[in-house]
Amino acid sequence: MDNLLILFNQPVVSLQIIVDGVLVGAILAIAAYGMALVWGVMKIINIVQGEFVMLGGYVALAFADAGLSPLWAVPAGAVILFAVGWALYRLVIFRVVDRDLFISILATFGLSILLQQLANQVFTADVRTAESGLVSRSFLDGKIVIAEVKVLAFVFAGLVGIALWAFLKHSRLGQAIRATAQNARAARIMGINTDHVYAMTYGLNAAICGAAGALVAMTWVVHPYLGLPYTIRSFMIVVVAGLGNLPGVIVAALGLGTAENFAGFLLGAEYQIAFIFCLLVAILVWRSRRLARQRRYLK
Amino acid sequence: MSTQFKVILVAVIAVIAAATAYVYLQKDAENGDTIVLGAAVSLTGKYSTNGKHTQNGYNLAASRINERGGVKIGGKSYKLKIIFYDDESTPARGAQLAERLIKQDGVKYLLGPYSSGLTKAIAPVTEKYKVPMVEGNGASKSLFTQGYKYLFAVLSTTEFYLKEAINLAAEQAKNTGRDPKTLTVAMAFENDPFSQDIRAGVMEDAKRNGMKIVIDDKLPPELNDMAATLAKVKALKPDVLVVSGHAKGAALAVRQVADMKVDVPMLAITHCDSAKVIEKFKDKANYTLCASQWDRGLSYRDGWFGTAEEYAQAYEKAFNESPPYQAAESTAAVLTFVDAFQRAGSLDPEKVRAALTGTNMQTFYGNIKFDSTGKNIAKPMVLYQIQDQKYKVVAPTKWATSKLLHPTPGWDKR
Amino acid sequence: MSRGEILILWTLGLAASALAPFLFPAVITQLTFLWLMILFALTWDIMGGQMGYNSFGNIFFFGIGAYACAVIQRDSGLGWHLAFFIGMGAAALLGVAAAAVLGSGILGLRGQYFAIGSLGLGIAGGEVAAGWDYIGAGSGLSPPLYPGALGRREIFFYFLFLALALICFLALRRLYGGRFGLAINAIRDDEDKAEAMGLRTTRYKTVAWCISAFFVAMAGAGAGNLIGFIDPRDVAFAGVTFGVWMVLMAILGGKGTLWGPILGAVIFHITQELFWTYLLGWQRVALGFLIVVIVVFFPTGILGWLRERHPHLFGEAVDAGAGTDGERGAS
Repeated sequence: MDNLLILFNQPVVSLQIIVDGVLVGAILAIAAYGMALVWGVMKIINIVQGEFVMLGGYVALAFADAGLSPLWAVPAGAVILFAVGWALYRLVIFRVVDRDLFISILATFGLSILLQQLANQVFTADVRTAESGLVSRSFLDGKIVIAEVKVLAFVFAGLVGIALWAFLKHSRLGQAIRATAQNARAARIMGINTDHVYAMTYGLNAAICGAAGALVAMTWVVHPYLGLPYTIRSFMIVVVAGLGNLPGVIVAALGLGTAENFAGFLLGAEYQIAFIFCLLVAILVWRSRRLARQRRYLK
Repeated sequence: MSTQFKVILVAVIAVIAAATAYVYLQKDAENGDTIVLGAAVSLTGKYSTNGKHTQNGYNLAASRINERGGVKIGGKSYKLKIIFYDDESTPARGAQLAERLIKQDGVKYLLGPYSSGLTKAIAPVTEKYKVPMVEGNGASKSLFTQGYKYLFAVLSTTEFYLKEAINLAAEQAKNTGRDPKTLTVAMAFENDPFSQDIRAGVMEDAKRNGMKIVIDDKLPPELNDMAATLAKVKALKPDVLVVSGHAKGAALAVRQVADMKVDVPMLAITHCDSAKVIEKFKDKANYTLCASQWDRGLSYRDGWFGTAEEYAQAYEKAFNESPPYQAAESTAAVLTFVDAFQRAGSLDPEKVRAALTGTNMQTFYGNIKFDSTGKNIAKPMVLYQIQDQKYKVVAPTKWATSKLLHPTPGWDKR
Repeated sequence: MSRGEILILWTLGLAASALAPFLFPAVITQLTFLWLMILFALTWDIMGGQMGYNSFGNIFFFGIGAYACAVIQRDSGLGWHLAFFIGMGAAALLGVAAAAVLGSGILGLRGQYFAIGSLGLGIAGGEVAAGWDYIGAGSGLSPPLYPGALGRREIFFYFLFLALALICFLALRRLYGGRFGLAINAIRDDEDKAEAMGLRTTRYKTVAWCISAFFVAMAGAGAGNLIGFIDPRDVAFAGVTFGVWMVLMAILGGKGTLWGPILGAVIFHITQELFWTYLLGWQRVALGFLIVVIVVFFPTGILGWLRERHPHLFGEAVDAGAGTDGERGAS
């Protein structure tokens, strides 16, 4: 294939693709942590994940419109989305937490449509961007170009990962969250207010997605429908990494970003998304086949 | 009779009664002094931005015409009224709504939707019911190869969109002593009917000039990132990069070309103004070539709105923003109908259709004359180049106000 | 209900359905879509309601059916009706084949993994179709126009979908009442135990999916022609519209029952049409809201809710003591 030949003739291009992929993967990793957290603790699959990212993007736009640097929207987005997540939990999510997983998928799906369409009505479907004011740096005589804002996202993802890990390990609330994840009933017996834990977890998830969204606004574009790809990809990453495996999530996310970029390059952009979904199906089937040999199945 | 039976019987009868009531209480679109036009536009969904512009264009036309006394036919004055439905940017919905407008609302003339995909879905419906439709936002060439007799389009069709850009590239090559056949072209088009049609036009033009196409990517509509395509562009260094993907494609192209510091001698895209690339990206947008159906600086004029600039001011007053060409062409569609009504001297759809075929008029939007397939053959596309963060017309030469700046300087020199 | 009463209701229903296109010609296309929705809900319910395998990817077969039929219509050179019916046959064949082949892998997944895996399938289908030039890629495919006088087309498609929905309903009623129904219910209730008791679960699961695919693919063939334009993502593999609605309709009415999905489809379709007319611009918001309400407050659907409130309507007698059901009313 011609595209493959390009990679052989100009190996630097491969490097650029990998760098781009890793940087994209960093943002995916952030969304994936949140997904893993909510899934592990609350046992629900949160389809609203992508919409939190989208709303975070709009926070950045609001900052830009107000004349402030969108970089401040990263922490601000986190705070605002925390409130949104917490509110959603109190209004809707708490009703589906104890039910089966499928109900949670459908309910959060309904919420995602609601938020998407509300955003469309309120913000219009215009494609918008925010400028971070950061530049792109080129290396190797212009062959490799790295946008600073993407590096920022990468560093941020790393920090979030570490902060989350530390928080879960050492703080009181973090321990309560872990306890609830292990056994909600036992946690309740031990005096933990699981309802509060769930609300905090959900809010936290929304917060980190919101921060990621602000970064997305500065790197690509924002529009009301950008959510679903993030939801799907974060789900894929969590499935591949396995629940409770935070470092695995990071590796899987970076891997997915890179794989996607290579797929787009080699197969052409039109098959980039098809590739991901086929990969998803393939991974799921392979995993379950492996377990089936032991007469078990994916839980 | 068991309770179950009674309950179900009552439910069934209630449904039938409700359906009857709903259907027979619909109002008829025949109102003595009003001409009712129908339109399915995208108020939600991925095309909602331009759907809104389309709706604005239609509404501005109707209000201007009504202000000035309405449509005069046979000594009587008629007001214009437009019924709108939201097609949600989905073709299936659009077709359903067209049927509804025609059958339930009794509309006899349709205004087109936004986007070729939706127009493609609605055209068979209007054709079937022999309802004339004048549209301004479905540019796909394939709409006019089906033998439709009731479809009329005021805009330039897709094969014209980026033709000027390719021609310019060939011209520039010749001027520098290079054979146009050595030029390489990279294409990235969104994978939807409209953008793919533009691609078909570009491929034809490139082939005619003997140019080689080195990248041909179809971007999925959900994709928010062109990095893979641009990595290829950096590796292969084509002479021309052509991108079309509605507003999102335009915004991504300009942003990422700048972020990834992709050096291309010529970057030609569509939808610059609806994506507001100058406002968003400022000097990063310089040197980009933009295809447009219309520009407010052109010297067309008509009796309803005056010059293009006067139209633009009226639009700004009504909607607080500069009119994108999607709005202008929508207004022009209404004006075309009005002209046909007046020339036909009647509201009979067949007579109106016949009158439409003979349209030969100038509007603030451009000249309108339909060929036998319903295309407008009297209006060329305009090509801008963004120079100093302003749109300057560089082609066609008759309307050009500036000279093309070519080749685009490398990013390290900007 | 006595047999006589059932007969009266059926006659009334069939007569109303057959006469509707002539009494309400203005809404005939909406009515045709109603039958399509009923088909969607019924076929989804086989997997989701009766078997407990919540599929978000049944739309995959719909898309296959739409394209298969349109390609045959485009390339066969036969007369319209002949090409169409052969196309429907091809659609059904391909749909079943796809279900059989893919089923072997994907049906090995359980619960939420199956849900997301099937979702991935549906989306991948759309993306691959959008890149495949033979079927028109992103520009879509237009099946040839129905020949014949104005009005004939609507009538044709109305009765086509009515017939399809009726056949599907009768087939399912037969199946659910027999061994097949018991088997898939057993899989829903506890797959491992069913397997342990000797039930060939893989086989039953695949057959169930094939039956679903059979009807959905034919629905796709018809719908492609009805809509007039097959867009790979918006019409054929319309995961976020049809693909999700089929789940909602079945849940709304009451999944796992025979009439639940039908009831859900009717209510959903009517509500949607009302939203579209009266909530212009906000209909999707209302839809999202509706979904949340249905899922959160009516997870057993309307039939389930009614059953709890008024068990006597379902022929169940509830004793004050330890009693459970009396006679089960079959409708």
